[in-house]
Amino acid sequence: MAEALAAAFAAGRAEGRALVMPFLVCGYPDAETFPAVAAAAADGGADVLEIGIPFSDPVMDGPVIQEAATRVLERGQTVRAALDLAGRAARAAALPAVLMTYYNPIFHAGLESFAGACTAAGAAGVIVPDLSIEESGPWRSACRAAGLATVFMAAPTSVERRLRLIAEASEGFIYAASTLGVTGVREDLSRRASGLVERIRECTRTPVAVGIGVSTPEHAREVASYADGVIVGSALVRRLGQSSDPATETREFVAALRAAVTGA
Amino acid sequence: MPALPARPDAGGHFGRFGGRFVPEALMGALEELERAFTDAQADADFRAELERLLRLYVGRPTPLWCARGLSERLGGSAVYLKREDLAHTGAHKINNTIGQCLLARRMGKRRVIAETGAGQHGVATATAAALFGQECVVYMGEEDTHRQALNVFRMEQLGATVVPVTSGSRTLKDAVNEALRDWVTNVETTHYALGSVVGPHPFPLIVREFQKVIGEEARAQILEAEGRLPGAVVACVGGGSNAIGIFHAFVEDEGVRLVGVEAAGRGIETGLHSATLSAGSPGVLHGTLSMLIQDADGQIRPTHSVSAGLDYPGVGPEHAYLRETGRATYESATDEEALAAFGLLARTEGILPALESAHAIAWVARASPSLPGDSAIVINLSGRGDKDVETVRAILAGRTGG
Repeated sequence: MAEALAAAFAAGRAEGRALVMPFLVCGYPDAETFPAVAAAAADGGADVLEIGIPFSDPVMDGPVIQEAATRVLERGQTVRAALDLAGRAARAAALPAVLMTYYNPIFHAGLESFAGACTAAGAAGVIVPDLSIEESGPWRSACRAAGLATVFMAAPTSVERRLRLIAEASEGFIYAASTLGVTGVREDLSRRASGLVERIRECTRTPVAVGIGVSTPEHAREVASYADGVIVGSALVRRLGQSSDPATETREFVAALRAAVTGA
Repeated sequence: MPALPARPDAGGHFGRFGGRFVPEALMGALEELERAFTDAQADADFRAELERLLRLYVGRPTPLWCARGLSERLGGSAVYLKREDLAHTGAHKINNTIGQCLLARRMGKRRVIAETGAGQHGVATATAAALFGQECVVYMGEEDTHRQALNVFRMEQLGATVVPVTSGSRTLKDAVNEALRDWVTNVETTHYALGSVVGPHPFPLIVREFQKVIGEEARAQILEAEGRLPGAVVACVGGGSNAIGIFHAFVEDEGVRLVGVEAAGRGIETGLHSATLSAGSPGVLHGTLSMLIQDADGQIRPTHSVSAGLDYPGVGPEHAYLRETGRATYESATDEEALAAFGLLARTEGILPALESAHAIAWVARASPSLPGDSAIVINLSGRGDKDVETVRAILAGRTGG
């Protein structure tokens, strides 16, 4: 499954453009629509899907994603149901999916068991934003055995020694946080993102995708000029929450992102 | 029993508990904090300044009071109260905030943030920040800002900004989430003064080191009063800072029983409690691997306690370790028992305890007949009860139909 990510980034490089990587909260706006929303993202030109498995205490998420996750949890969606639904969405979209969740649901389920369930759902990789490199050994073993890519985040505060550890532990791609802060819609794109990508490239040839605060097609175009992938989360999730036709909304917004990165 | 290591390993682990489970953005700050703390501990000037502040500003040492009225009523052991309620701001929390704000100053960070449940840690942080001229922002669950409105006013008078947290259950755990989100965003200019022995390494170690003065004093004081060590040392446990503070100096005294008392709320069997060690399971929250109150999916479950300061689904990793090794035991007391203990101490000693500390008194009152009558018991009276008078009044008034 991890190979699907490598293939996607290779295809992007061959076309000379960055990948469009929308982030969705699994089961949002509702479980029935979710696979259609994922398929609409693919229609709009998404290359890789990121799907968040909701956790009760998401410390890396700002208000938009927190609220979406809370809504889904209040409806009683279990982790098992979320993984099944994420798998159906990835199949509906026919795109590689990277799951994003926090460490406690993984730890509580058992690392091997959770990794196995992700693979069974068809996931290509997993991002765990509150799992530090230092504590990640057992999880990386479990993912290796399950054929899952482990994606780690790099931050503007990561010094070179840490970037080397992150590069060594990351498979598929490295998630570079554009700015210090949690997920959310922002007016301006941080100037620190390009510097971070440059510093990561000095450590590794692994593709680098930029997320956190990337909110508009203009932001996407700028990020696409120096990164291999553009991750857009809160701006899309907010649109889903406000729209009466989430699938069309998703297709149109992703298409605008795709047009922006193609022109970059 | 083999001697327990006095410090966690290099990664901040106490046995299988502890560690650092945080977003990458914070790792650099935790490494910086660990270095700064190690340097500060080795610096005689820092230690002298801290000692001076604890003595002249906080009012240390706090007394160890022989509670004869309470002892007679319980009919057994001599009960001693370690009077942390007499420390400046009315609770042990100030020991830690003076230390951490001094550390923040040393690191050149002018902005200090904190989480608070009952408001005691928020008040203590606002106090220390005022003393050192630091900007202070306190995150407090919206629900708690109503339960403890007076403490909100207090913090504001001290110049702090209080931010009500409206996410999740709107209590202490959500305040920690929000403080962590602030820290992820402002980590380069801000120190997070975490209020208990929880969170990622080095916080459980730092907070313990700033709180261990409680036990060091109590040990010397009981030796002077009784000429021997106590049979038991008892403290309430939410996150567990007052308990670690008083336990630490006694950990190597094998004959001294260490008892932590958690909040059983309306009864552990009802599910409405905060008794993490008694009824939880291992998990990762707020940067550390410890025991947690969680559901079958690893989602954090709502907790309950009449005392906001114990209303937390996690507990310090060192407590999980002390329990697993058998060096400390963890019991619990219900809301009802804590309320009864509040009244008991008020009438027998003329001291209103914080509802948190009342849990420790409640357990001693219940267990007293089974404790050896010829040995002394030391209870950490971690805070004063003035902040809880309105809560207790409302509950009692509800009962009489008033």
